[in-house]
Amino acid sequence: MTDDPIISVRGLVTRFGKHTVHDGLDLDVQRGEIIGIVGGSGTGKSVLLHAVVGLLKPAAGQITVFGENVRDTSADDYRRLRKRWGVMFQDGALFSSLNVQQNVEAPMREQLDLSPATRAALAAIKVRMVGLPENALQKMPSELSGGMRKRAGFARAIALDPEIVFLDEPTAGLDPIGAAAFDTLTAQLRRALGLTVFLVTHDLDSLHAICDRIAVLAEGRVLATGTMAQMQDVDHPWVQAYFKGPRARAALAQKEAS
Amino acid sequence: MTNPFAHSTNGNAIARISVVDGVFVLEGDLLISTIEQLDLRQGLAEAIDLSRVHHLDTAGAWAVVSLERRLQEAGLAPLITGSSQMQADLIETLRQNMPQLGDQHAPSLTLADRFEKIGRRAVAAFQNALAIVGFLGEVVASIVGLVLRPTRVRWTAIIHHMQQVGLNAVPIVSLMAFLIGVVLAFQGAAQLRQFGAEVFVVDLIAISILRELGILLTAIIVAGRSGSAFTAAIGSMKMREEIDAMRTLGLDPIEVLVVPRVVALMLMLPVLGVIANLAGLVGGAMMSWIELGVSPGVFQSRLASNTGVWHLGVGMIKAPFFALIIGIVGCFEGMQVEGNAESLGHLTSTSVVLSIFLVITADAMFSIFFAVMGV
Repeated sequence: MTDDPIISVRGLVTRFGKHTVHDGLDLDVQRGEIIGIVGGSGTGKSVLLHAVVGLLKPAAGQITVFGENVRDTSADDYRRLRKRWGVMFQDGALFSSLNVQQNVEAPMREQLDLSPATRAALAAIKVRMVGLPENALQKMPSELSGGMRKRAGFARAIALDPEIVFLDEPTAGLDPIGAAAFDTLTAQLRRALGLTVFLVTHDLDSLHAICDRIAVLAEGRVLATGTMAQMQDVDHPWVQAYFKGPRARAALAQKEAS
Repeated sequence: MTNPFAHSTNGNAIARISVVDGVFVLEGDLLISTIEQLDLRQGLAEAIDLSRVHHLDTAGAWAVVSLERRLQEAGLAPLITGSSQMQADLIETLRQNMPQLGDQHAPSLTLADRFEKIGRRAVAAFQNALAIVGFLGEVVASIVGLVLRPTRVRWTAIIHHMQQVGLNAVPIVSLMAFLIGVVLAFQGAAQLRQFGAEVFVVDLIAISILRELGILLTAIIVAGRSGSAFTAAIGSMKMREEIDAMRTLGLDPIEVLVVPRVVALMLMLPVLGVIANLAGLVGGAMMSWIELGVSPGVFQSRLASNTGVWHLGVGMIKAPFFALIIGIVGCFEGMQVEGNAESLGHLTSTSVVLSIFLVITADAMFSIFFAVMGV
């Protein structure tokens, strides 16, 4: 397998007005891994995700995905690139005027020329794969609970069998059982579909349970990357507080018990 | 080794199916972009051979599993051969997640269903009308309660909304009325000139603006401008559970949100009506002067001598009623907003359409009433 990173960020600088969010950020993501992006509030985790998928124009720096530049490409290249990843936003970001089936079909409808029957069958499968009951297909997003909305958002993100999925705080606002189920789901789909997962999260349990590698964002750059065990040895007050705080110890204890 | 999941990016991927010696042979890339090339409904075979498949994604695996299902239904037990471990895993995942065929057909609408739909809509409309009347009752009761205990009146909120719905609407309302005056004078002059009765254009303008158009058009503008704002503001509060938060804090949303808006509108719509009347008369007078040579002095004396004060009275009496309609409908629709953004947009437009419709209906009823009373 080639060792070229699937996502590569070099010298990323993003600014909102005078406020600099990222200041020379570097990050590599390898094919097939689940990378967890952590950081305090306002360190630009979601901003990084937006920049990588090309929703946000960075002030400086270069972002390549699949070896292709995300920002400085033609519209056609970007469209082709976009087909190869899926994004799940916080709270699912389902289109509120469409039901779940139509939401999951939306990317297929836009990007491919499929017959309605095939689209419906594939949407039904994706919805089943993310663990939603069959009757959820015809429901509107407003009729779903928070956890179900996230699952439906995940189903839409994997509708086109992307190579990378970007998940923005998938377990935030879920109860521990729902969050654990979502983690299992992510790991399972990664295995089944060979996904690379770019996971923005605050959830220490998720980090323990499914992430191969963790990247810590602070002070406008990636402070440290490594496995959960390596994080314990990083000598930085925020990292120490985050990974050795009471919640981290609880998550670790739970992991060891299981 | 290349990644087995990497999609071919050249977009010319090909998938083929053929039957060789009683075996389905699948070839090429079974991807979401290519599976439509396969015809899976033809032929029968005992096995499915995947050894010539390069790439397989969920859609491709779906195609394989649906082929397998079809063969099983035909009484065969097909074997899937030649798949790599990852492909086999994916196919197994699909098998577990694929719904059984034919269990998701939405029943089509029968004639009875359609009638039922009409019936349900009619009942819903009737219930909605009842709910609005109920809401009106709640608001009036709340206003009466506040009159009895004036210390609870929220003057700051009332003044704020008076500025929003009244003062800030003055430019648009006066411009609109001025232009209506100009139009009336222009059109009236063209017709009346044929009879040499140009000077009656003053009566035409004065009566139509003072009695009807001034207040009616003001009400329509205010419904579009402030009624929609009421719905949107209260609706977004409802969406963010602010209304529920108020109730838990012992604040009555009717008293805090609805009464100040309705009262402010009832106070300001008559004022806007007067401004609209003045602007309309000025516009009419200006156009009469330019078009017919009726000088402002003549216009004024003719206005004073020929137009009874009741024309103004009839117009002004309607103002508070129109204001009540706009305020109640705007706030009521805002309170109906459910959790999603779509209902907010939908109800905001409903609010404007309904309040304009009700204002015009009320205006027609006033016209009949005044005609019967001989005013």
